[in-house]
Amino acid sequence: MAVRSRNFYLVPYLLWIALFVIAPIVLIVYYSFFDVEGNFTFDNYAKFFTPVYLRMTLNSFWYALLITFFSLLVAYPTAYLLTKTKHKQLWLLLIILPSWINLLLKTYAFIGLFGTYGFTNAVLDTLGFGRHQILFTDFSFVFVSVYIFIPFMVLPIFNALEEMNPTLIYAARDLGASGWTTFRRVVFPLTISGVTSGCQAVFIPALSLFMITRLIAGNRVITLGTAIEQHFLVTQDWGMGATIAVFLIIAMAVTMLFTGNREVRTKR
Amino acid sequence: MTSKGNRFANLYLIAVFAVLYAPIVYLMVYSFNSGGTMHGFDGFTLEWYEEVFADTRLLIIVLNTFVIALLSSAISTILGVIGALAIRQVRRRQPRNTLLSLNNVLIVSPDVIIGASFLILFTMIGIRLGFTSVLLSHIAFSVPIVVLMVLPKLQEMSSTLIDAARDLGASSWDVLTKVVLPYIKPGIFAGFFMALTYSLDDFAVTFFVTGNGFSTLSVEIYSRARQGVSLSINALSTLLFLFTVLLVIGYYFINNRNPRTTLRSTDGEAAKR
Repeated sequence: MAVRSRNFYLVPYLLWIALFVIAPIVLIVYYSFFDVEGNFTFDNYAKFFTPVYLRMTLNSFWYALLITFFSLLVAYPTAYLLTKTKHKQLWLLLIILPSWINLLLKTYAFIGLFGTYGFTNAVLDTLGFGRHQILFTDFSFVFVSVYIFIPFMVLPIFNALEEMNPTLIYAARDLGASGWTTFRRVVFPLTISGVTSGCQAVFIPALSLFMITRLIAGNRVITLGTAIEQHFLVTQDWGMGATIAVFLIIAMAVTMLFTGNREVRTKR
Repeated sequence: MTSKGNRFANLYLIAVFAVLYAPIVYLMVYSFNSGGTMHGFDGFTLEWYEEVFADTRLLIIVLNTFVIALLSSAISTILGVIGALAIRQVRRRQPRNTLLSLNNVLIVSPDVIIGASFLILFTMIGIRLGFTSVLLSHIAFSVPIVVLMVLPKLQEMSSTLIDAARDLGASSWDVLTKVVLPYIKPGIFAGFFMALTYSLDDFAVTFFVTGNGFSTLSVEIYSRARQGVSLSINALSTLLFLFTVLLVIGYYFINNRNPRTTLRSTDGEAAKR
C-alpha cells in the first residue's frame, strides 16, 4: 500500500514518455500515410520501393558500413594500446575530449584542412603529389565521419578491455599461444561486447548523417538522414520524409536486435 | 619484441592523437590569421576576435544558446530524477523493463528522427517554432540521459537506509530530501552536466525545430559555414574550445570529489548511529 501511494513520481515521467517518446513515433507513422495535399495514401510506400529510393537506401547502408568498418579498424588498436599506457584514464579523457567540441566546428575545420589550398593539399604538393580535389569527394565524407565517430567506438572497446581479466592472457601465453593467437582466440572474443556496442553507436548515427553530407560531401552523398531533412525542410513533403523515417526506425530496430541490444551506453 | 612493439605502439597513438587534434589546432591557429582565409598564414591579428565581440547578432545567439542549455538541463535534471525515482518504485520486472526501454528510445534514435518527429509534434499541438520549441525538445532529449546517470546511484543505495530513516520517524519528504537526494547527488551532477553538453552540442534536432527567427550557435555556424570560410567562426570556435575544456575540468573536479565526500559523510553518519 505504501508503495502504491508513492507512485506519484510516475505521473510526470509517464507524461514525458507519452508526449515525447510515444507521440512522436505514432505521428511519424501517421504522417507517412499522407501525401503533400493531405490525402490518405499508400503512395509514399510505393515510391520508397522505386529504384531511386532503393538505390539511395543501399548507398546509405554502404557508406554507414564503410564508416563503421574504418572506425573499428582505427579504434580497436587505439583502445588496446591505451590500456597499456601509464595514466590511461588521462589518455582516454584526451581521446574523448574532441567529441565534446561542437560537431559543426570540427566539420568546419575540415573545410579548411581539405580545401584546394588547405593544409592537406599543401603537404601533398610539397611531397610532389600535386593538388587534388579532396573536399566534396567520397573519401572526405568517409574520413570526416570516421573522425567524428572514433571516440564513440574507442570508449566501449576500452571499457570491455578494462573489464577483461588479465590472468586469462597470462594463462594463454603460459599454454604456448603466440601473441596473435592470444589476441584472436582470447582477447578479441572477450571484448566482442564492446565492439558490438561501439558498432551500434556508430552505425545508426552514420545512417542518418545529414550535416556532413552537405558541408563536406557537397550533396554528392545522399544518406537516409539527408533525404529526411530534404523532404521535411526543403521540399516540405512531410509524408515522404516520414516514410523514409519509418524505414530508418525499422533499420535501427533491426540493427539493435542484430547487435544484441546490450546495455545502452551514452552517445558520446 | 617489446621495445620495437612499444615504439610502434607509441607512434600509432601519436598519429591518432595528431589526427584527432589537427582540425581543432588548425581552427585555432587560423583564428589569428590576418589574411582572412584558412590557408597561407599572413600575420598575427586579433581582428576576428574583435569582430566576434562587435557582432551583436552573434552575441545574442550565444546568449540564447546558453539560456537554452542551462534552462533545459535544469528542468530535465528535475524530470530525470523524478523519472529515476519512478523507475525504482516499480518492483515488477516486466513494466520496469518496458519503462527502461521507452526511456532509451530517445538516446538511440538518430537526431534526424527526433528532429523530424518533434517538428510534426509541435506543429500538431500548435506550439510556434522558436525559443519554446527548441527548449522543449532539448528538455525532452536530455531527460533519458539524466535518468541513466541517476538510476545506478539509486540502485546501489541500500533500501535499509530508507527503512532506518523511516523507523527513526522521518516523513517521506524527509527521506527524499535528507537521505535519498544527498546520496544520489553525484549522479544528479553528472546528469546535469551531460544534459548541458548535449544541449550545447546539439545541431540536428535544433535545426529542425528552430523556425525562422530563433537560432542557436550550432545552427548559426552551419548557415555561415555553408556560405564559405569566415575567420570569425574560427575565433568563436577557439573561445568555445577553451570553454569546453573548462567545463570538462569542472566536471572531473566534481566527479572526482563528490563520491569520496559523500562516502565519507555517510560513513560518518553510519558510525554515529
